[in-house]
Amino acid sequence: MTALLPRRGLAQILALIVILAVDRVVSPQFFDLRLQDGRLFGSLIDVLNRGTPVALLSLGMVLVIATRGIDLSVGAVMAICGAIAASLADSHGLPVVLAAALGAGLVCGLWNGFLVAVLGMQPIVATLILMVAGRGIAQLITEGRIVTFSSPDLVWLGNGSVLGLPVPVVIALGMLILTGAVVRGSALGLLIEATGGNARASELAGVGTRAMILAVYVWCGVCAALAGVIAAADIMGADANNAGLWLELDAILAVVIGGTSLFGGRFSLVLAVLGALIIQTMNTGILLSGYPPEFNLLVKAVVVLAVLLLQSPKFSGLAGIAARLRRTKA
Amino acid sequence: MENSLDPALPLLEVRGISKSFGAVRALQEVDFTLRAGEIHALLGENGAGKSTLIKVVTGVFARDAGIVRLGGEEVAPRSAKAALQAGIATVYQEVNLLPNLSVAQNLFLDRQPMRFGIVREGEMRRRAKALLADFGLDIDVAAPLGNYSVAIQHVTAIARAVDLSARVLILDEPTASLDRHEVEILFRIMRQLAKRGIGIVFVSHFLDQVYEISDRITVLRNGRLVGERETASLPRLELIRMMLGRELAETTSARAATREHQAREVCASFENYGKAGYVAPFSLELRHGEVVGLAGLLGSGRTETARLVFGAERADGGQARVEGAPVRLQSPRDGVRHGFGYCPEERKTDGIVAELSVRENIVLALQAKRGLHRPLSRREQDEIARRYVKMLDIRPPDPERPVGLLSGGNQQKVLLARWLATSPRLLVLDEPTRGIDVGAHAEIIRLIRELCDDGLALLVISSELDEIVTYSDRVVVLRDRAHIEELAGEAIDVGNILAAIAADGAAVALEAHT
Repeated sequence: MTALLPRRGLAQILALIVILAVDRVVSPQFFDLRLQDGRLFGSLIDVLNRGTPVALLSLGMVLVIATRGIDLSVGAVMAICGAIAASLADSHGLPVVLAAALGAGLVCGLWNGFLVAVLGMQPIVATLILMVAGRGIAQLITEGRIVTFSSPDLVWLGNGSVLGLPVPVVIALGMLILTGAVVRGSALGLLIEATGGNARASELAGVGTRAMILAVYVWCGVCAALAGVIAAADIMGADANNAGLWLELDAILAVVIGGTSLFGGRFSLVLAVLGALIIQTMNTGILLSGYPPEFNLLVKAVVVLAVLLLQSPKFSGLAGIAARLRRTKA
Repeated sequence: MENSLDPALPLLEVRGISKSFGAVRALQEVDFTLRAGEIHALLGENGAGKSTLIKVVTGVFARDAGIVRLGGEEVAPRSAKAALQAGIATVYQEVNLLPNLSVAQNLFLDRQPMRFGIVREGEMRRRAKALLADFGLDIDVAAPLGNYSVAIQHVTAIARAVDLSARVLILDEPTASLDRHEVEILFRIMRQLAKRGIGIVFVSHFLDQVYEISDRITVLRNGRLVGERETASLPRLELIRMMLGRELAETTSARAATREHQAREVCASFENYGKAGYVAPFSLELRHGEVVGLAGLLGSGRTETARLVFGAERADGGQARVEGAPVRLQSPRDGVRHGFGYCPEERKTDGIVAELSVRENIVLALQAKRGLHRPLSRREQDEIARRYVKMLDIRPPDPERPVGLLSGGNQQKVLLARWLATSPRLLVLDEPTRGIDVGAHAEIIRLIRELCDDGLALLVISSELDEIVTYSDRVVVLRDRAHIEELAGEAIDVGNILAAIAADGAAVALEAHT
């Protein structure tokens, strides 16, 4: 599957290695892993676990951005679905809880997709509506309180482990594989890239561009719902005010770091998830270093700037040289 | 500048202008002369070089060679603003003023009357009112420009340009979105300005209007100057020939031997097919192994016909049939499902997906036709891409190269390959040879003939009449968004097509038909 691991991932992998190395310097135990009660512990596992919500969001976001769209509502959708899961957790079984939460995410995605694909609204405005309204809806569900629960099933989803790995990490990995299989195993990937690259031309070539756009927003909603359930399970409660707050920005950032252009077209699922991990590795490193968390924002900004500079056309000369170097190596 | 008012001396003189974009030579040693006080029509089909010439003169594009003299002095504006300061103003079809600002603000943008650093609104409005009164316009100048009709926006743009002491006024398709009454107003203003000694360049594809308003005509074709004539002494037929055709003798001899016409099965047919305000209802039969050419001037309804046939636009009346069975063509998907293909005129915006590879562009339509659940494996894609890259000689022969990096001719071949890969029954080609270098041009024409011999039905639009004559079995002539004439067999020659296009009024065309 060369399409899953494109050649252009080099920059992102290098970035991750550099940040890991910096983390190792500020925290000498960074790479230490230990097995305890059949479960792995350590900073690396922590990075993976904490990075799960953004990684899940970025899986949906990357497809939306590939169609030249954007979804600002994912944080709010997380809050809605987390609230639904938390409210139902103690009275219903896990399948019902999951079905309700994911179903809500699907409906949210359909709404966004309807506004963009059918009504032709600009994605940033269309999803802004749910970004604002969604948090209100979540607060209505929790009736303004922080809803806690103790259902062991749902708690396991956030804190359990499978084969030594935290359950959220396994879920995220599963979703990556599932999304990859669906997108690259079918023609969806090509048609999404064509739609994002040139919607008019794709339409004239017979591509159902509206259906593509609708589908990616629905998938983005489902991914956000899953992230919301995991975030709720992690803290054993739903906080409608803070769950998923600003995470849409991290998800967009992860996608951009992953090399997918906001102008749509080519995308990479793996690199988007890698982008999410890069962000989390930075976060964890700064936390471990003892610097104030405010510093985090500045570092993030610098990394974004670096990535965007590399993507800008004015820098293409530089990128061209890099590409030639890579080709001569290969 | 007294000498600019001297009719003996040209006001604007363009000599030997050349301009290339990559391998495409958009202008080759073009001359153009504008006298003070004349209205000079600049004509030519799409891609003839009119806009390029305007943009070179106004400094939007840097020229490769040649000189521009204004009132006898050489000028070389580096930007539209510099051109304006030199006295050359351009008003484009899409008025580039600010619709959210008031008419007065638009007129005096950048030069508002000020006192103590504050704009004197009252003074500005009074002056705006006076300025527009010169043009016979009495409107509320405090209202946003966007509230007014396109005609008034045009007049505002012209008033602003003239008030900025323009000596040369270039109007690029000013009448395209105006109704008859508004055109009258505009023409009255143009005549007034000409009387004041301003030289006006009038770009339009409405020949009636050209004959009504212009003093002289310059025709460009394929980036070259075809000729400069006095309007009064230039017959319409001659003008159209200048715009579209080469010498008659040259083209008729190039006509391919007429092929067998009988026993051709109808591939797709359209009865009273049309859409109000788009193209008048037409009837058209497309047969296997036959090329039908669509001829007509720009804006005559050629592209509109193509889009209706393919399904890119919905008809509001009539019946379409494929192999005799009635079908509904509501979207490009319908067209693709029935085995139609469409290579649009605007390759970059409507054709290629520039970022994707040659391979992905080629398999796109086939994949869309097969549906999501039946993906072409990478091996199948590679094989299809390789086959067509070889068959159509696409260069460079690298299926993984982003298609945006290919030349225009090779992009066109990729689009052809995209449709051939779907094994279509009908292919609609809109200006397949536009903007393509000479070598690729001949190849595309050879391909059209070969495809036709393989039993494909082809509907081809071209502004190159000699080209249409060369490969068409039948030619449908369009004018004013209606099909007016169908030529077949021996009747297909450039002269007959030109005569049909130039015929004055539908009555004449009807007579010729009966």
